[in-house]
Amino acid sequence: MSEARVTRDGLEGVRPGREALFGNGLDGGRRRGRERPVVPQAEFTSYYGRPVLKVPSWEARDIAGYMFLGGLAGAGSALAAAAQFTGRPATARALKLSSLGAISLSTAALVHDLGRPARFLNMLRVAKPTSPMSVGSWLLAGYGPAAGLAAASAATGLLPRLGTAATLAAAGLGPAVATYTGVLLADTAVPSWHEAHRELPHLFAASAATAGAGMALLAGPRRENGPARAVAALAAGGEALALRSLLTSAGHAAEPYRTGRPGRLLTTAKRLAFLGTAGATLLAGRSRTAAALSGATLLAASAATRFAVFHAGIASARDPKYTVLPQRLRLQAEAEAEAEATGAA
Amino acid sequence: MTTEQTTGQTTGQTTGETTGQQPPRVGFFTDTSVCIGCKACEVACKEWNLVPEDGLTLTGMSYDNTEALGASTWRHVAFIEQTKPLGGQQAHQPHADLDVLALAARGSATPVDEAAMTPTTPGPPTADGRTELRWLMASDVCKHCTEAACLDVCPTGALFRTEFGSVVVQQDVCNGCGYCVPACPFGVIEQREGDGRAFKCTLCYDRLGAGQEPACAKACPTDSIQFGPLDALRERAERRVAQLHAAGVPDARLYGAEPDDGVGGAGAFFLLLDEPEVYGLPPDPRVTTRDLPTMWRHAALAAVTLLGGIAAAHRVFGRKR
Repeated sequence: MSEARVTRDGLEGVRPGREALFGNGLDGGRRRGRERPVVPQAEFTSYYGRPVLKVPSWEARDIAGYMFLGGLAGAGSALAAAAQFTGRPATARALKLSSLGAISLSTAALVHDLGRPARFLNMLRVAKPTSPMSVGSWLLAGYGPAAGLAAASAATGLLPRLGTAATLAAAGLGPAVATYTGVLLADTAVPSWHEAHRELPHLFAASAATAGAGMALLAGPRRENGPARAVAALAAGGEALALRSLLTSAGHAAEPYRTGRPGRLLTTAKRLAFLGTAGATLLAGRSRTAAALSGATLLAASAATRFAVFHAGIASARDPKYTVLPQRLRLQAEAEAEAEATGAA
Repeated sequence: MTTEQTTGQTTGQTTGETTGQQPPRVGFFTDTSVCIGCKACEVACKEWNLVPEDGLTLTGMSYDNTEALGASTWRHVAFIEQTKPLGGQQAHQPHADLDVLALAARGSATPVDEAAMTPTTPGPPTADGRTELRWLMASDVCKHCTEAACLDVCPTGALFRTEFGSVVVQQDVCNGCGYCVPACPFGVIEQREGDGRAFKCTLCYDRLGAGQEPACAKACPTDSIQFGPLDALRERAERRVAQLHAAGVPDARLYGAEPDDGVGGAGAFFLLLDEPEVYGLPPDPRVTTRDLPTMWRHAALAAVTLLGGIAAAHRVFGRKR
């Protein structure tokens, strides 16, 4: 875009272009060498309050629902196998059927959430350990048919050997299906998910166990529900521990878990889990109705936890504060550590 | 002009057609200190890449009605109005005796030296407390990270790294899972509404293949957007920062130029005049997949614990029959 003219005396009318000076440069650099302020910013700044990150376009119903159903199916398959091999056939059969139903629904939710549902098979084009969604697709591709075979064999009584093998396979893959979703959320730049990357898999495992135990209590006969009651109690304890650890270690990114809609959902989840666990441990051994009610409460608690985590992430991605502030503090801490190191040397 | 010659030469090299070797990694150096906010980059990008219209709104955000990068915005010019003097200068030009009309009559023939003193050179705060104002403009774009989270997490392999080191979406493979969207630490890639697939800057992959520079760099009238081999751009950027520091603009700094930063160095880096977050950029972005091994370990541990807990519970209650 130069308008320079070549003359006998050389170039004329040369414009500075990318060497152009502005501001101080125009005053001949009289204030050169001024130190940059080192005082850290007390507040964060942003570009007109706009989010730094893009908020995922995932539907809460599809994705949080998928995580809940995947957990229910996965933990349910493990519980079903354990029930089958400890002589609790009615519970085993009920759980196999519920797992098949849950995984079918969750796969439908996943496909529904794709921008191009017709291309869902592209998920199996490659196998990428760096992509939790790719790993999850392959897990589902293995787990789904196993859960289906196990349920079909249990429902019809046909091919008992194949059914047993499928039950074992589903029990082995089920817990992975239940916990990988924690990695799926954590492996993003979304602050409230990523900062919780150590705790989310554990929280989701516990939440899946809550759902699985709830389903066992809801669908299994009373005389077989002893282990389910114990699992419900264990899961409630594990969930409380994982959640506590998450809230302390996530720093600023823990705030969305405490406030607004996700905060309310999480409180609801905690109350439901408490009620459900109390009902399961104290009453479910005595009354079928109490067992069913506690089971349903535990299922609701698990779903509420997943929706709370989902919405907390969305809230943290929407507010630039959760992106900028922790990164700013990290830089500040690094600068301080560096200053100390050079000071000591 | 010298710039066009150099970029022409470098893009000629980048195709690698004649040598058959891998072309050098190319990228953008966006020098925001010479950006004039004309948005020619935005227009050129839309025109060349046939990016659809994505809303005509008035945002009230200075002259920025584009708002942000997205599925249908691959270049975005940010406008920041600050009550800060430009680069910490002390304006000392007396404006009282300035004949604005005479200056205007001379038009663009004003010599460069004299053009330094313009009616818009800010002065000291007025008696009623109005302060100086500076206007920052910056053209943002996909960073084409060395460690690209979008590429890492893509489950279909639709995102891939080209021979030029850029990161591109294969639109015939993308199934619109949307996982790359929250994975990007810069909030660049997005699913297009009504289409469902993810879109972002391709570094004009088609133009690079033909030995051309990307449309935005081609259109930039001030060379704020510079295209070329990354190594050369980084050297040039270092020199530019030194030049500005020497001229008394201490706030000039590079963003995304360090190969050891959280994304392994960006393929598109910037010279900024304020903190990155002022421009809507994350101050210390990190690729999320760096923590993925830890995550997988925790997931495996959690799965084993789940299985163990269920087994233990059944063991305690024993066989039913």
